[in-house]
Amino acid sequence: MKKTGVFVCHCGINIAGTVDVKKVAEELSKHHGVSHSEDYVYMCSDPGQNLIIDAIKEKKLDKVIVACCSPTLHETTFRNACKSAGLNDFQCEIANVREQCSWVHKDKTRATKKAIKITKSAVERVQKNESLDPITVPVTRRALVIGGGIAGIQAALDMANTGFEVVLVEKSPSIGGHMIQLSETFPTLDCSQCILTPKMVEVSKHPKIKLLTYSEVQEVSGYVGNFKVKILKKPTYVDPEKCTLCDECTKVCPVVVPNEFDLGLTGRRAIYIPFPQAIPATYTLDIKGCPGLLPIACGKCADVCEPKAIDYDMKPEIIEEEVGAIIVATGYDLYDKENMAEYGYGKYPDVLDGLQFERLLSASGPTQGKILRPSDHKEPKEVVFIQCVGSRDPEMHCAYCSKICCMYTAKHAMLYKHHVHDGQAYIFYIDIRSGGKGYEEFVQRAVEEDGVLYLRGKVSKIFEDKGKIKVWGVDTLAGKDIEIDADMVVLATAMRPSQGAEELAKKLKLAMDKDGFLAEAHPKLRPVESVSSGLFLAGAAQAPKDIPEVVAQASGAAAKAITILSQEKLHHAPTVAKVSRNLCTGCGMCVFVCPYDALSLKDGKVEVNEVLCEGCGTCSATCLRAAIQVKNITPLQINEMIKACLGG
Amino acid sequence: MMAEEFEPKIVAFLCKWCSSAGSDLAGVSRMEYPPNVVPITVMCSGSVSPLYILSAFNKGADGVLVSGCHPGDCHYIKGNYYARRRIALVKELLEFIGLEPERFQMSWVSAAEGLKYTQIIKNFVQSLKPLGPQTKLRRNP
Repeated sequence: MKKTGVFVCHCGINIAGTVDVKKVAEELSKHHGVSHSEDYVYMCSDPGQNLIIDAIKEKKLDKVIVACCSPTLHETTFRNACKSAGLNDFQCEIANVREQCSWVHKDKTRATKKAIKITKSAVERVQKNESLDPITVPVTRRALVIGGGIAGIQAALDMANTGFEVVLVEKSPSIGGHMIQLSETFPTLDCSQCILTPKMVEVSKHPKIKLLTYSEVQEVSGYVGNFKVKILKKPTYVDPEKCTLCDECTKVCPVVVPNEFDLGLTGRRAIYIPFPQAIPATYTLDIKGCPGLLPIACGKCADVCEPKAIDYDMKPEIIEEEVGAIIVATGYDLYDKENMAEYGYGKYPDVLDGLQFERLLSASGPTQGKILRPSDHKEPKEVVFIQCVGSRDPEMHCAYCSKICCMYTAKHAMLYKHHVHDGQAYIFYIDIRSGGKGYEEFVQRAVEEDGVLYLRGKVSKIFEDKGKIKVWGVDTLAGKDIEIDADMVVLATAMRPSQGAEELAKKLKLAMDKDGFLAEAHPKLRPVESVSSGLFLAGAAQAPKDIPEVVAQASGAAAKAITILSQEKLHHAPTVAKVSRNLCTGCGMCVFVCPYDALSLKDGKVEVNEVLCEGCGTCSATCLRAAIQVKNITPLQINEMIKACLGG
Repeated sequence: MMAEEFEPKIVAFLCKWCSSAGSDLAGVSRMEYPPNVVPITVMCSGSVSPLYILSAFNKGADGVLVSGCHPGDCHYIKGNYYARRRIALVKELLEFIGLEPERFQMSWVSAAEGLKYTQIIKNFVQSLKPLGPQTKLRRNP
């Protein structure tokens, strides 16, 4: 005979006001298997919890139902109380008679009847509950960070400085990401390289960080605390240990290709160093541009290399790593210029995107910080900046706001004026979004001190006319058409998830939102966790954001990863699927539907990987023979619950 | 019995993460709806077996609701997609058997949609009232 205890909470008048709690307790005392039933004004209070603990001890209760508020609130409280009385946590269930009953009904008689049904249904469930212990798994106490931009750098440093080993993987030859391409950063106008390079150096010298550049994650298997990762390290054909950075190789290399770092504003050789402060400080031979790795085809770079650092026989390498947590910080790319033909982007050389303009402003850029038109190297006297290019345009482009463009456009216009004192900057905008510390003041400064002319409206057409770029637009505040003969146009193009992010998301089983950014577990309360346990998100891979936000999120992701890495063992909810081997026919339908790849066929029967299983029960609804069930919410339990819900 | 006095009995299978949370929100916001519905919280709408639905009708339910996270928003990545396909088949089966289509509903209610849940229940109860008790699948009508 089961000895179930039922405890009905008044919650002051929150429940007792609409539900006759005495009646509920009385009705339940007559229910089969219930040996104790009582009500109390606040079950969650200390005396309330003691009531439960004492009843368990005195009446030797083996099952407990608390009819109270939603289980999201006090399930843990009451399970812990039961535990302290020597009962297994899973022998306690909650009947939600507040949010789903007393608070939504007014008729006391009917609400009481419903509360009785809800409580009886919970009693039926708990009477068939198994006692379960949490599943424990060991933890590999090192982390993987994917992406070596500011987000990845910050997350890697935070974890490494806490004492955990970190593997930092970056697909390009140097870390630094987009931030290293920027000139100055809003709203303080710090030089971007000056504030980022110390962190890059720290990464490269950190004893706890293993840096793998020119590398890509190929395969990830395992689960939280125990991931196995295969990383492809592409050959650079240059031994960084031997390379002395003498730069003799680039002088003889006959191949010129567009320089990615300057976004095509300059060229680079097939053998190159991305930028002077690159980490690791070494050259990379890009075979796509190279006439051939055979010395017979060219081989000039190897000939001049005194320390013999160039090795044409270098092979791709697969590096296997074991980690406990993964932070994905794959960043962003700008919206493809092919999509922005309406603004003449890609057609007219003096129509640039925001990142290209950053390179023009940068002291290390193609013009050493002088603002010159790419077409004729003349100083532009009239520059038109256009915001929301591709952003906030659900019909044609991206529906979302790229968030940083209002600020960087104000910065661009301001810096332009600092370089070209007699020039005029115009900004076409839809709205100015300058939320952030010191941001609004920064925009005001651009208007007041640098005379930037803000025009509220969109641009309708851009075309070349007698060496000028004619910009047709409208000022919706003045209700006037605008025509500007510009020397240069800068487009604040939308931010997109970086190339390859989608492929990586599939490998990691990460969810993506409708725009292709990585989806967080909860938009407010779990912003740095992904839907998959042990995988965290940082930076613009999750959504467009500016540097301070990226850094904060990266540190947040690192702290979340540390909550895993700092533990000896991890606990996993034991309410997982269980297979009745004698019923299982090995049809494999459940294996196919499992969202977590937790099921597999072995010797003609299904096996559950309890660590991967999240207990969703999709398998159980798929099985034709009820051979697979989730513990403590089995079809048999549901059946009894249905009976109770329908009053008998 | 007068038709307007009939109070339909409804069993609602609510997924834990969205619809049950949405129903909790309706409570927190003190929205009112008729007490005809008794909820059963399941882990995922994808775990609702066709047998649960048939069992509820068999045990005397006048209406059954299955409610999950919005498509694309499933806590378990894709459980509600399976639910959507499976439920569509169950609905056809029930109609084939001769059950009034109004008696079985599927809805998507997120954790933020307390009001939507309230409206669904109100409408469901209203649409069931003119039908009277469900006897087609009931074991002892």
